[in-house]
Amino acid sequence: MWTWFYRLSSPPYVYRTAAACMPWLLGGAALAIAYGVVDGLAFAPPDYQQGDAFRIIYVHAPSAWLSLFAYMTMAVAGGIGLIWRIKMGHAVAAASAPIGASFTLAALVTGSLWGRPMWGTYWAWDPRLTSELILLFLYVGVMALRSAFDDPNRGDRAAALLAVVGMVNVPIIHFSVVWWNSLHQGATVAKLGKPEMPGSMLWPLLAMLFGFMLFYGAVLCIRLRGEVLNRERQSAWVREAIGS
Amino acid sequence: MRPGAGTTLLLVLRRELLLGFRRPDQVVQPLVFFLIVTTLFPLGLSVQLSLLREMAPGVLWVAALLSSLLSLEGLFKSDADDGTLEQLVLSGQGLYVIVVAKTLAHWLVSGAALLLVSPLVATALAIPWAAFPVMFLSLGLGTLTLSWLGAIGAGLTVSLKRGNVLLSLIVLPLAMPLLIFGAGATDRAIAGTNALGALYLLGALCVLTCTLAPFAAAAALKVTME
Repeated sequence: MWTWFYRLSSPPYVYRTAAACMPWLLGGAALAIAYGVVDGLAFAPPDYQQGDAFRIIYVHAPSAWLSLFAYMTMAVAGGIGLIWRIKMGHAVAAASAPIGASFTLAALVTGSLWGRPMWGTYWAWDPRLTSELILLFLYVGVMALRSAFDDPNRGDRAAALLAVVGMVNVPIIHFSVVWWNSLHQGATVAKLGKPEMPGSMLWPLLAMLFGFMLFYGAVLCIRLRGEVLNRERQSAWVREAIGS
Repeated sequence: MRPGAGTTLLLVLRRELLLGFRRPDQVVQPLVFFLIVTTLFPLGLSVQLSLLREMAPGVLWVAALLSSLLSLEGLFKSDADDGTLEQLVLSGQGLYVIVVAKTLAHWLVSGAALLLVSPLVATALAIPWAAFPVMFLSLGLGTLTLSWLGAIGAGLTVSLKRGNVLLSLIVLPLAMPLLIFGAGATDRAIAGTNALGALYLLGALCVLTCTLAPFAAAAALKVTME
């Protein structure tokens, strides 16, 4: 088991593995998202209250979920890099941050588009919207801190530390904002027991969620390869790999 | 023989306070900033007392957060510039003891000093006398928590040339729960309802940061000082 862990800290191995995984992830993502889009947009029944407007959930909810998932990946990978001094951990964290920030932005934009017909306004100071916005600020802070250092090693470790501190803070921020003001509908899928959604609506949503996860994995692989190449540009294997 | 952790804490605390009193303008300037910012809001919005009273907690808290941020940059910066911080790191004492001492000193010259000025601002914003105890308590807990959070941010940005804006960018999102609970408690006290819930939460946040933030800030200093 440990040899596997050690191999993950070797840049050429990570570079090749990411290249090998990427097409599978991308293909799976394309299949799952295609099914989710067709079933969700064309076949799922309209909501009895929100009509067809609810269908934006098929983009909104997976984006919001992925925004948190990418943050967790970033913080855990950064923590691994910080504790065991594994450079590839920092590479994963650096690759994950912009993707997560994009998902956060997507969740905010789709949320505000959804809010317009439902709440009558693009922006409401609703807890989940607000905590998503704060999450975006956290991402911006981590990315800005990483790029502020001239020495990339220090930047990596400082950003990793901030990401870990932010991970402790995310639940606090979330609950503080929930108690502060509430307008958003309650959780739909993640309730223990029976979900509040009929299967015909739920299956496309789960497919979209799965597809978004795979898509995230695929983009992470692409970005990770770029990160590894950039970080290892002085080493011999990179020159061999890109053949120059 | 090396002094114990308690002695180190007291020595560093004493040094920091002494430095603060020797440079009184650095203590006073954030307070003046606090006064000026709170003056801006009535000028920009309205002088109706009822309206002022409604927005007073928010104004008070935003101004307090901003003015505490102003002095945060200096928390480790000047010591890092003249090499004192390196000596402290090399002294063999746990770095977190030094972080605790410096942060407490920072709170005493910024947060606690802000408490002394707050009645003035509160009166100007038409906050009733009855709300003063809750306001004091919430500001005290809140600024102390902010000092701990700020120590992490200051540690992370200490070796950067233009760290000030980045420091705010890092610390302010983390400090948003403080604003929510602090302004919430003050708001309830003004309305005459029970503010204990928000105060308890502020206390919990304060305890949490007191226990965890020194280690995070020490780790941040190690990362940036190496």
